[in-house]
Amino acid sequence: MSARAMLEVTGLTAFYGWAQILFDLSLSVGRGEVAVLLGRNGAGKSTTLKSIVGLVRPAAGSVVFNDVEITGFPPHRIVRMGLGYVPEERRIFSDLTVAENLAVGQQRPRDDAPQWTVEKLFQLFPNLAEMQGRRAGQMSGGEQQMLTVARTLMGNPSLILLDEPSEGLAPVVVDQMAATIGALKSRGLSILLSEQNLRFAQMVSDRAYIIEKGRIRWQGRMADLARDDAAKQQYLVV
Amino acid sequence: MTGQIVVQFLTGLAGAASLFLVAAGLSIIFGVTRIVNFAHGSLYMLGAYIAYSLTERLAVGTIYGFWVSVVLAALAVALIGAAIEIAILRRIYRAPELFQLLATFGVVLVVQDAALWIWGPVDLMGPRAPGLDSSVEIMGQRLPEYDLALIVISPLVLGLLWLLFYRTRWGILVRAATQDREMVGALGRNQAWLFTSVFFVGAFLAGLGGAIQLPKGGADLLIDLNIIAAAFVIVVVGGMGSITGAFLAAILIGELQAFAVLLLPESTLVIMFLAMAVVLVVRPWGLLGRPVAEHAAGRAAEPLLRPPGRTQRMIWGAVIACLLTLPLIAEDFTLTLSIEIMILALFAASLHFIMGPGGMVSFGHAAYFGLGAYGAALLATKLDTPMELALLAAPAIAGAGALVFGWFCVRLSGVYLAMLTLAFAQIAWSVVFQWYELTGGEDGLLGIRRTPWADSRIVFYYLVLAACGVAIYAMRRMIFAPFGYAVRAGRDSRLRAEAIGIDTRRFEWMAFLIAGAMAGIAGGLYVYSKGSVFPDEMSIPRSVDGLVMVLLGGVQTLSGPLFGAAGFTWLHDAISRLEYWRFILGGTIIGLVLAFPEGLGGIWRQLEDWVRRRRAVARQAKP
Repeated sequence: MSARAMLEVTGLTAFYGWAQILFDLSLSVGRGEVAVLLGRNGAGKSTTLKSIVGLVRPAAGSVVFNDVEITGFPPHRIVRMGLGYVPEERRIFSDLTVAENLAVGQQRPRDDAPQWTVEKLFQLFPNLAEMQGRRAGQMSGGEQQMLTVARTLMGNPSLILLDEPSEGLAPVVVDQMAATIGALKSRGLSILLSEQNLRFAQMVSDRAYIIEKGRIRWQGRMADLARDDAAKQQYLVV
Repeated sequence: MTGQIVVQFLTGLAGAASLFLVAAGLSIIFGVTRIVNFAHGSLYMLGAYIAYSLTERLAVGTIYGFWVSVVLAALAVALIGAAIEIAILRRIYRAPELFQLLATFGVVLVVQDAALWIWGPVDLMGPRAPGLDSSVEIMGQRLPEYDLALIVISPLVLGLLWLLFYRTRWGILVRAATQDREMVGALGRNQAWLFTSVFFVGAFLAGLGGAIQLPKGGADLLIDLNIIAAAFVIVVVGGMGSITGAFLAAILIGELQAFAVLLLPESTLVIMFLAMAVVLVVRPWGLLGRPVAEHAAGRAAEPLLRPPGRTQRMIWGAVIACLLTLPLIAEDFTLTLSIEIMILALFAASLHFIMGPGGMVSFGHAAYFGLGAYGAALLATKLDTPMELALLAAPAIAGAGALVFGWFCVRLSGVYLAMLTLAFAQIAWSVVFQWYELTGGEDGLLGIRRTPWADSRIVFYYLVLAACGVAIYAMRRMIFAPFGYAVRAGRDSRLRAEAIGIDTRRFEWMAFLIAGAMAGIAGGLYVYSKGSVFPDEMSIPRSVDGLVMVLLGGVQTLSGPLFGAAGFTWLHDAISRLEYWRFILGGTIIGLVLAFPEGLGGIWRQLEDWVRRRRAVARQAKP
């Protein structure tokens, strides 16, 4: 990791109404690194990612991206700085065609990030190339998931937040998704993903945070977690 | 005969033009921003007035000048629409959806008085369109040339809109935002400017609609609410978000009106709303609409309704004590105002009953108030029924109305339901307005006297206090009884509630019935407090008053609507003798909305939340 991480989250605290979801949560993602936020349903994974990208307004704490404090910025500003967000539940625009979905995500290229064009994305996701004109709502779940990733990449981000990318996908598609994440990493993209699926997380990540009830309980290298049966037992086994 | 039918058909097409333009704008704005823009009719009205002023100056007899004026007027209105979005609505997108509706009510009032101030109270006759000021002969019948121009305009605009939505990047963004605007923001698009531009386009269409109608209809201060009701009907009949649907619906309504004028001149209003009711029963999502999927992001969680705690009970105890002792100290005038406030508080509470716990927004709740009022008044004047009996009959009559209307309404949800309630209210209003022999039409029913024992103002005050108090308390009890749980469960998730065996529709229907009957009580009392009743008591402004009370007070609180009713009625009374009272009222509403985006009743809750958060953050900060 570089001296200063690419994404630094410190003391994040968030509420829905008066229910506190995140408690003094800190994490970081280094340049070119894949970090995973592991935790059960309702642990606060999605809220963490949403707070980082500005969809949830944190009550306290700070988010620093590329040495710029972005806490409290509106989402579109954060995204334009190169921090991409892939939501859970594939929020594709189902009435729009595949090509139109991609057009919504398009942003100017950035020097510090891999640059994407529709053609390059179609190389990465060959399935999408064959159905550019199709309405997104008529695609399979796996294809929709690929489209959400591709759509975010159209913004040429230098770091992306991936919210539960393996959720609800068939095993063969999960493997494809893992391969995709590997390919993105190899092009220099930094990634923070949230996951419940430990096997999937092990395939793709360098480092892991375990979140439970809105607090980070464990952090370290993925390889260490693989050996730490006690931690796995305590925080991850359902 | 054939000639007459053909010409009437063409007249219908011409009449459809401005209806289509207004409805299309309304639909586009709602699709992206989820705001039911009540001020859309005001934009239409401004289009007509501004076009009038421009043609006065620019278009002295030239073809060019006229059409340039029309387009300039539409552009001016577009700028006004964008300004409204930037100055008011942009600040409250995070507020509950209905609160934005409230802000648009404020705009309606402000624009009404602004127009009155600028253009005066006299109806303005539109100029004739130069070059199109004579008529053509079609199969032996005459048709104004200008109608032909109007017939051409709608398909032209439809085509341009299609290009705009399907062939431009802006159109892609607008369609994406219509589905999931939060996600559009999370992909790096600035929602604020997208919303402003959508308002610009929507307002342009409204302004254009008003401007092209000028040579036929002129400009007056009533067209804003008339056209908004028609625009709602067309949007809903066509299918929310479908421009082509709006086009077809505008033609349908335009034709129905054209032929109704021929056959049954008095039925034009009713016909439009009946058509809407029929279409919605057959196709609940409109001609070309699709069922509204539950939003991907899910609807915002409603704050929990909590039974009153000890502090609240004590406050209520104090309020009741004050109300009980009021007649001992107050003057007649205060007592009269208090009676009106209590009655309207019951009306607001009954509307809140279906809106808050029931999750069914009604744009036409005045129908039940009015049914109760007219029911009691007719019994008293035509059948010499004593007051006691008439007051008991009022909720029964209003409840019966709610039972019938509600059966249709609960089959829909969201904004469709709201607009259907408006349609039913307009039907009820038109019947009362036009059935002169029975209801006295515009002249109303007069001379309704209280029973001798209740003749004194003080006794009647206590009667109203008791009736309203019991009714409001009963509704609160129901909200915290199993019945209320079932209704709220259905509101929060119909599917889950159904899955545990709750017949959600039945419960919604029951809630509708109860709310209607309670509004009927209020209506009955109102008649005996005034001694008269007029069609205004069931018109759109009365329904809007109820909405303002509920929303201003805070739809998510139980007591809010009561305070909203008190504040609104008091303010209304205090300023209604001023010439520009609408301006003050509208400005006040807008100011309050901007200052307290959760409603006045929500201030307490906002403070509580804020304190809790501060405390939690402070705890954490300690080492």
